[in-house]
Amino acid sequence: MSLDPLTRRWGLIGGAIMAFTGAIGMLVSFDERILISPILSLGYLTLLLAPAIAGHMAARGKVSVLEEPEHDVAQGAQKGLVAGLIAGVFAVVFMLAVNPFDLSEFFPNINDRMFDMMTFDFGLGLGSVVLIVASALAGAAGGAIYGLDDEPREGVFRSAIWVILFSLFELVVSDVIEVDAIVDLIYARGGGLHIWSAIIIGALAWWLGVRYKGRRAELTQMAKDSEAGSRLRWSLIGVAALLVIVLPMLVGGIVNELLINVALFILMGLGLNIVVGLAGLLDLGYVAFFAVGAYGMAVLTSPLSPAFSPELNWWVALPVVMVLAAIAGVLVGTPVIRMRGDYLAIVTLGFGEIVRILILSDWLTPFLGGAQGITRIPGIPLGATSVSGTSPELFIYMTMLLVGVAAYISYRTQESRIGRAWAAMREDEDVAEAIGISTVQAKLLAFVTGAIIASFAGALFSAKVGTVFHNSFDVLVSIIILVVVIVGGMGSIRGVALGALILIGVLGGPKSQGLLGEFAEFKLLIYGAILVYMMLQRPEGLLPSVRRSRELHQEEAAQDAWLDKKGSFIEEPEASV
Amino acid sequence: MPLLEIRGLEKQFGGIKALGGVDFHIDEGEIVSVIGPNGAGKTSFFNVISGMFPPDDGTIVFDGDNVAGHLPNEITKRGIARTFQNVRLFPNLTVLENVMVGQHCRTKQGIWGTIFQTKAQREEEQMIEDNAKEVLSFFGTRLAGYRHDQPAFVLSYANRRRLEIARAMATEPRLILLDEPTAGMNPKETVELTELIGKLRSDRGLTVVIIEHDMKVVKNVSDRVVVLDHGVKIAEGDYDTVSTNEDVIEAYLGRPHGEAGDDEESEYE
Amino acid sequence: MSTEVAPEPVRSRRFKFNWVDGFLWFLRVAALIAIVVGVVGSIQQFADGEGPSAAAWRDLIVSSISTGSMYGLIALGYSMVYGVLGFINFAHGEVFMSGTMVGLISATMLFENGFWDSNPWISILVVLVVAMITSTLVAVAIERVAYRPLRGAPRLIPLITSIGVSFFVQYSFAGLFGVAIRNYPPAPSQLSGNVDILGIPIAGTRLLVIGVAVVSMIGLWYFVTQTKTGSAMRAVAEDKEIAGLMGIDVDKTIVTTFAVGGAMAGVAGLLWALLFRGVDFLTGFLPGIKAFTAAVLGGIGNMPGAMLGGVLLGLFEGVGPQLVLAGLGIPAVSQLKDAVAFAALVLVLIFRPTGLLGERLGSEDRV
Repeated sequence: MSLDPLTRRWGLIGGAIMAFTGAIGMLVSFDERILISPILSLGYLTLLLAPAIAGHMAARGKVSVLEEPEHDVAQGAQKGLVAGLIAGVFAVVFMLAVNPFDLSEFFPNINDRMFDMMTFDFGLGLGSVVLIVASALAGAAGGAIYGLDDEPREGVFRSAIWVILFSLFELVVSDVIEVDAIVDLIYARGGGLHIWSAIIIGALAWWLGVRYKGRRAELTQMAKDSEAGSRLRWSLIGVAALLVIVLPMLVGGIVNELLINVALFILMGLGLNIVVGLAGLLDLGYVAFFAVGAYGMAVLTSPLSPAFSPELNWWVALPVVMVLAAIAGVLVGTPVIRMRGDYLAIVTLGFGEIVRILILSDWLTPFLGGAQGITRIPGIPLGATSVSGTSPELFIYMTMLLVGVAAYISYRTQESRIGRAWAAMREDEDVAEAIGISTVQAKLLAFVTGAIIASFAGALFSAKVGTVFHNSFDVLVSIIILVVVIVGGMGSIRGVALGALILIGVLGGPKSQGLLGEFAEFKLLIYGAILVYMMLQRPEGLLPSVRRSRELHQEEAAQDAWLDKKGSFIEEPEASV
Repeated sequence: MPLLEIRGLEKQFGGIKALGGVDFHIDEGEIVSVIGPNGAGKTSFFNVISGMFPPDDGTIVFDGDNVAGHLPNEITKRGIARTFQNVRLFPNLTVLENVMVGQHCRTKQGIWGTIFQTKAQREEEQMIEDNAKEVLSFFGTRLAGYRHDQPAFVLSYANRRRLEIARAMATEPRLILLDEPTAGMNPKETVELTELIGKLRSDRGLTVVIIEHDMKVVKNVSDRVVVLDHGVKIAEGDYDTVSTNEDVIEAYLGRPHGEAGDDEESEYE
Repeated sequence: MSTEVAPEPVRSRRFKFNWVDGFLWFLRVAALIAIVVGVVGSIQQFADGEGPSAAAWRDLIVSSISTGSMYGLIALGYSMVYGVLGFINFAHGEVFMSGTMVGLISATMLFENGFWDSNPWISILVVLVVAMITSTLVAVAIERVAYRPLRGAPRLIPLITSIGVSFFVQYSFAGLFGVAIRNYPPAPSQLSGNVDILGIPIAGTRLLVIGVAVVSMIGLWYFVTQTKTGSAMRAVAEDKEIAGLMGIDVDKTIVTTFAVGGAMAGVAGLLWALLFRGVDFLTGFLPGIKAFTAAVLGGIGNMPGAMLGGVLLGLFEGVGPQLVLAGLGIPAVSQLKDAVAFAALVLVLIFRPTGLLGERLGSEDRV
C-alpha cells in the first residue's frame, strides 16, 4: 500500500505537535489536572488529541466541493491508524534523539518528567512502544469518527465535549450543586470525574441531543421567521438575564471573582468593539483608556492619592472620570485621524505604552504614585454598605449593571444613523466622506464612546481591587481585549460576551486566573494559537455580526443569492421596466 | 448667476498636470456632458469639484460660495453629489442601507437621541427609511422589494451603477456629478438610464454634469458639451458644434486607441 | 456663454482650515517648542558644568548609533515585508528574538569548551551563522503557516494574525528555554577595550556592531539591486499580479523576502548579544516595535530609509531624553527612553507620514 502524502503530512504534523507540547513542558504541566479519575488527565488528553486530530484530518483527505465526502469507518480508521502511527513514531524519534544529551541547561522542560509522562511511566524502551501504539489507536479512533455517519459522529463529539466541559468546570458545577454528597457522586476526591459519571454524562449528552434534534431544527427555522424569531430572541435574552441574575447567588467567591473579571472584559470588549468592530479603527492602545478610568477613580476617591485627593464618592467621581476619558479619547483620536489603518494600530499601541511609562516615571510619581501605585481606594457606596472586591457576590451585580449599559449603547448605535455611518466608513472611508459623512466626527465619536466604556471598566477595577499599579495596564491587556473581540466576533455583542467567557473565564485574563488558572504559563501561547487559528479559519469570529460575515465570505454569499431564485444574480431580461 | 462656476482650476499629481486651468460653469437645471479622450482629466475634474483632492489653484463657486479646498462631506452637504467611475458602493451593507447612509448629511440625530431612543430619533429613522425607499423607487422595479435587504455586492453591474446614483440622490443634492453612468451596461440598459438622467432634471429638479464615453448618450441628454484634453478645455458648445470641431476630432483620432466609447480609462485617482 | 457676474467671495482659498488641522499644528508647534526649549536648557546645563560630561555625551551618542544600527537591521525586515505584502509583520521582533536565543546555545557551548576565548572571531562568526539560520527558518516558517493562506485577505487580517504569531512564538520560546533571563558569555577580551578612531576612543563592541551592520546593509543592497532574485523582489513589491504574469514565481519571491528579512534580524540578534548580553523570550518585543518605528521614520518599503531610520531612532531614544527632557527639568529621564521612541513615531507620522526618504509601496497600497 502506498502512503497517501496527505496522511503522511498530517502524521508528521501530529507528531511535531506531540514533540512540541512535550518540549515546552505543556504535557507535564497539564498532567496535573485530572479529567477522569484515574484514567485521563488533561496532559494525556493533549498528548493523544494530536494524533487523533491528525488521524481525523488524514481520513478527511482533500475536501472537494463537488463530491459528497465518503463515510467509511473502516477506511477512515485505517488512514487514521497510519497517521497516528507516523505521529507516534515521530514523537518517539524525537525522544530518542534528545535523550542522550543533557539539555536541561538550555531546555529546562526536556527532562525526566517529560520522558516519564510521554512514555506512560514505562521507561524509554517499553514506553516508546506503548506511545506508538496509543498514538496509532488514537489516530485510528480519530479517523474512524470521521468515517461515521453524521448523526453518530455528532453524538460522539457532543458526548466528548460535555464530558470535557463537566470535568473542566468542576469548580463551577460543585459550587452550584453545593451538596457535598451529590458532588462526590460526580467528582472524585482528588479532582476529575469518576469513570461512571463520565459515562453517564456522555450518554446523557448523546441521548438529549438525539431526543431534541427535531426541536432544535424547529427553533432554527423559527429564528429565521421575523415575528417568531424576535419572540424567540427576547425569550433567549430573558433566559440569559435570569441566568446572569441567579448564577452569582449560586456560586461561591472564587467563581464570582472570576465572573467579575469576565464581566470587566466583556465591558472593555464592548467598548473596543465599537472602535474596531463598528468603526473599523484598529486600536491597540485601548488599555490607555482603562488606565485613565482606573487612575482617575483612584485619584478622585482614595485618601492616599499623593497630590490631589478630593476623596469623592464613587458615584460622584464616575461622571468626572467619564469626562476625563472622553478628553483622552479626543487627544488620542485626533492625531491618528488621518492615518491609514495599520499605522493607526501601531501609533495607538505607542500611546498605550506612553501612558504606562509615564505613570511609572519619577516625573509623574508625585501625582500618580509611580511604582507604589495608589492604594486604599474605597469601594462603591451602595446604601449603607460599600461594595468592593471583598464582597464579590455584590460587586458582580455592579459590574453587570455597567455591562448592561454598554451592551445597550452598542445595541442602539449599531442600527442607527451613527452606526450606519461607522459601517460606511469601515467599508470605504473616501466614499463615506464623499457622500456627506464627516469621517473626523465619526472617528472621534467612536474613540470617545469606546474610551468612556473603558473608563467604566477602569472605575470598577480600581474600586474592586482597592489599589492601582502601572503593571495592570500594559500592552498585553489591549491585545487580550482585542483577542476577545475577534474570537467572539467583531461587531457582535453576544460574540464579545462569548469570547470573554471562553477566554477570560477558562484561560484567564492578563493578570487574572481562569478556570485553568494553574496553567498560566501557557495562557498566552494558547491565546496566540487561537488568534492565528481564528484568522485562518474563521476570521469573522464565533458569533459574528451579519455584516462581518458578509464581508469575509462575499463569494459564498453571492452564490447563495444567485441560487436563491428570488435574488437572481444576473439580471433577467423580463425584469426590465 | 450660474449654479456652479469654476475658474482656472489647476491640479498636479507629482509633476503631471491633470488639470491645467479649467474654466467651467453650469446653470441651474442644465445637463452638461464632459467628454474627452482617456487621461484627459475628466475624473480628476470631478475629484477636485467634489473635494476628494484640494485644487492647487482656482476657484469653485457653488451657489455663491467658494468651496475650493473644503472637505468632501462639506461639499456634499452644500448640495453636490457624485458617483464614481469604478462604482464604489458599501458592498456589505444592504441596498437599503446604502441609500439610507446617503441621508446622513440631511439628518442630525446624535448619540444621545440614539441611546435614549427619543421620539425625534424614531421619527427621523422612519423618515430616513421612507426617503430611501422613495429614492429607490425612482428606478422602477430594478431595486425594489426583496432587493432592499440584499447586500450590495450581489447586485449585477448595472444595478450597482443604479444604486450608486440612488445613493447620490439620497444626499438631496442640487447638482449631481455622474462619472460614466452607463459604462458596462448593455444597449437596452443604456437607453433606460438615459431616460432616467432626463428624469433627474424633469422630476427631481437636479442639475447634472455627466462624464460619458457613449456618444449616443451624450447626444441624447446634454444641453451642452465640454471637451477636455490634457487637462485643458479644448471645446464647448452643443453636441453638433462640438462633434464637428477640428480640435476635438484631432484629440480623439490623434490617439491610436483612444476611441470614443472605450470603457477603460486610467486616470489619477 | 460665460457670465460676467463676478461671484462674491472669490478668495483663492486653497485649503480650508479645520480644527483637526489646528490641533495637529498645535502639536507640531508644541513639540518644536518643547524640543528647542529642552535643547537650550540642556546646553545651558552643560555650560554650567551640570549634567553629563562631554565624554559621557560622546559615549551616549556612540552607543545610540550602535543600538540604532541594530534597529535598522530589524527594520529592514519590516520594511521589505510591508513593501511586498502591505502589512505590518508584528512577529518580526520574535524572528529577531529567536536568533539571539538559539545563538545563545552556540555561544554558551563555545564558551564552555574555551573556544570562545581562544578564537573569538571564529566564535562570533559561528554564533552569527547560527542566529541567521534560526531567524531565517523561523521567518520562513511563519510565512508558510500563517501568512500564505491569507493572500488577498483584508489588510488588517494578516496584521492581527501576526500579533497572534508573535504571542505564539514568544511563549513557545518561554516554554522551550524557560522564562529566566540568560546571559551571553562576556565579549572576548580583544573587544572589551577602546579603539581610537580619529582620536575618539570608541568601545570595541560598539564599533564591531556598527561595522557588522554596515557590511550587512551593503550586502543586502547588492543583493536587492544587482541580483536577479533581488530584481524579482522589487518587481513583486511593485505589483504582484504583473510580476506573476512576467513569469516571476511570486510565492517563492515572497518567501525569499521573508528569508532575507529574517537573516537580517538574525544579524541583529548577534548585535543585541554583543551590546546587551542578556536575552529572554520577551527580548523581541520592544526592539521589534522600535524597529517598526524606524522603518516608518525612514519611509516604509525604503531600504536605505530603514537603516537611516534605525540610526535616527537610536539617537532619539538614546540622546533625546538627556538632550530634550532633562533640559525641561524632568527627573530621571532615562526611564522615559521608550516613551520618547513612541513619541517619535507619533511625531514622525504627524510631521511627515511618508517618512524621511519617502515610502515605496506596491501599486495596490498607494492611495
